[in-house]
Amino acid sequence: MARIIVVTSGKGGVGKTTTSAAIAMGLAKKGHKTAVIDFDVGLRNLDLILGCERRVVYDFVNVINGEATLNQALIKDKRCNQLFILPASQTRDKDALTVEGVGRVLEELSKDFKYIVCDSPAGIEKGAHLAMYFADDAFVVTNPEVSSVRDSDRMLGIMASKSKRAENNEEPIKEYLLLTRYSPERVKLGEMLSVEDVQEILSLHLLGVIPESKSVLNASNSGIPVILDDKSDAGQAYEDIVARYLGEDRPHRFIDEEKKGIFGKLFRSK
Amino acid sequence: MSKESQIHPYQRPDLEFKSSSLSVPVLVLGTNDLSVIEQQLLLKIKQAPDFFRYSPLIIDLQELNKLALTLDLTDLIAQLRKQDLLPIGIRGGMEEQNQAALKLGIPKMSAQSNSASTQAKPVHKLPLEPEPEPEPVKNEAEPSETRVITQPIRSGQRIYSHGDLIVLAQVSAGAEIMAEGNIHVYNTLRGRALAGVQGNTEARIFCSDLQAELISIAGNYKISEDLDSSVRNKPVQIYLNELALIIKAL
Repeated sequence: MARIIVVTSGKGGVGKTTTSAAIAMGLAKKGHKTAVIDFDVGLRNLDLILGCERRVVYDFVNVINGEATLNQALIKDKRCNQLFILPASQTRDKDALTVEGVGRVLEELSKDFKYIVCDSPAGIEKGAHLAMYFADDAFVVTNPEVSSVRDSDRMLGIMASKSKRAENNEEPIKEYLLLTRYSPERVKLGEMLSVEDVQEILSLHLLGVIPESKSVLNASNSGIPVILDDKSDAGQAYEDIVARYLGEDRPHRFIDEEKKGIFGKLFRSK
Repeated sequence: MSKESQIHPYQRPDLEFKSSSLSVPVLVLGTNDLSVIEQQLLLKIKQAPDFFRYSPLIIDLQELNKLALTLDLTDLIAQLRKQDLLPIGIRGGMEEQNQAALKLGIPKMSAQSNSASTQAKPVHKLPLEPEPEPEPVKNEAEPSETRVITQPIRSGQRIYSHGDLIVLAQVSAGAEIMAEGNIHVYNTLRGRALAGVQGNTEARIFCSDLQAELISIAGNYKISEDLDSSVRNKPVQIYLNELALIIKAL
């Protein structure tokens, strides 16, 4: 049976798709057969971040409607043969998703995948609801600012009450906090919430902090998941997160300001 | 009723008479056949044994007297006591019935309310006198009506308790917790907390870190902006004193 991971946040623009792509690639690179599904029907992005936008033939909605088989719709990543992408439909809207349909697709995927990463759309409506409904684990992506933290809190509440696990009185979804776009310098200046602040408000297990980094934008624009850029701080942070999720004990990085010498300041790897 | 008075400490008198209105089940008799009464009582008690055990009871003879049926009160009371019911009054009885009851140590109650006729006064209650039937269910459920929440209450979630509400995790901003009784939050309270929502002015709110958006007891509320910095981020209790919300550090 596959483990279903939802990457969610409530708020938009915090890095859900970047995280989904990175996490899925990270798991696949560790040798686990992984599928990543774009639930953002109508605003398809995941294929861009993963650089497979020119190979999309069928999509998630086609599979739900029985217009294509899963094998026809799944796109195999060219860099890692353990990673498969199920893109969203760009011409439809979230109403095309149904509980039964999504459940059927996830069940079929579960048969031969180890991990299924569900990239949730922003908001708390149908798309976001269905993305988290079947989840076993939730990666809650949060930016260190108050509105993102509150939206994450709202999403956590919905997961605690409206997921399949909650409805069936099963063990609740395991929730992990991913703090993205973190800048220790700005925290020091009081412009950003600190890791401690966010953890105090959300009281969640911190899986990792991803620093604000130029490499993320570069990676997105070139369709290469940032985790493949092992020189970048963000890439390393995602690598850490995948390792921690798989049970490895790695100390947290990127939380405190780096002490850089004069050369470090001149040649920042950002 | 014990009412603490933190404001004006005073010498508590040794003796005090206070008037109080209680709700007590009333047994309305429609027959004078003791064996029928016994059987039906047994059936009723079986439905809620804990509620009826040693329950005070008022005997209502009005219906019986309308039907002009006579009944030996001594036997009836013995019967009730045998079933662990404790009659504390009779109402709607004739003069001789009242006298007979008094001899057995049971006073006459005024027919309209539950208070003894000697101190009969208007009772501020809903006009609808509670029927003896539905009461057992309500009272019996009371102890279990305290709700205990161990998971964080997240933004957008609403929790309602018909009795007290005990929360062992944090209450996030944007969450709303409501209770007909008291609210205890053994963690940070950031959301809204409304105690005594059915009008219980004796209800209180306790929390170990007050950062609430709104606190209310029986409809009297304060918003976050009005919270004094001396109580903010502190363990406090909140209660009503003459319609004023008092927030006191614990």
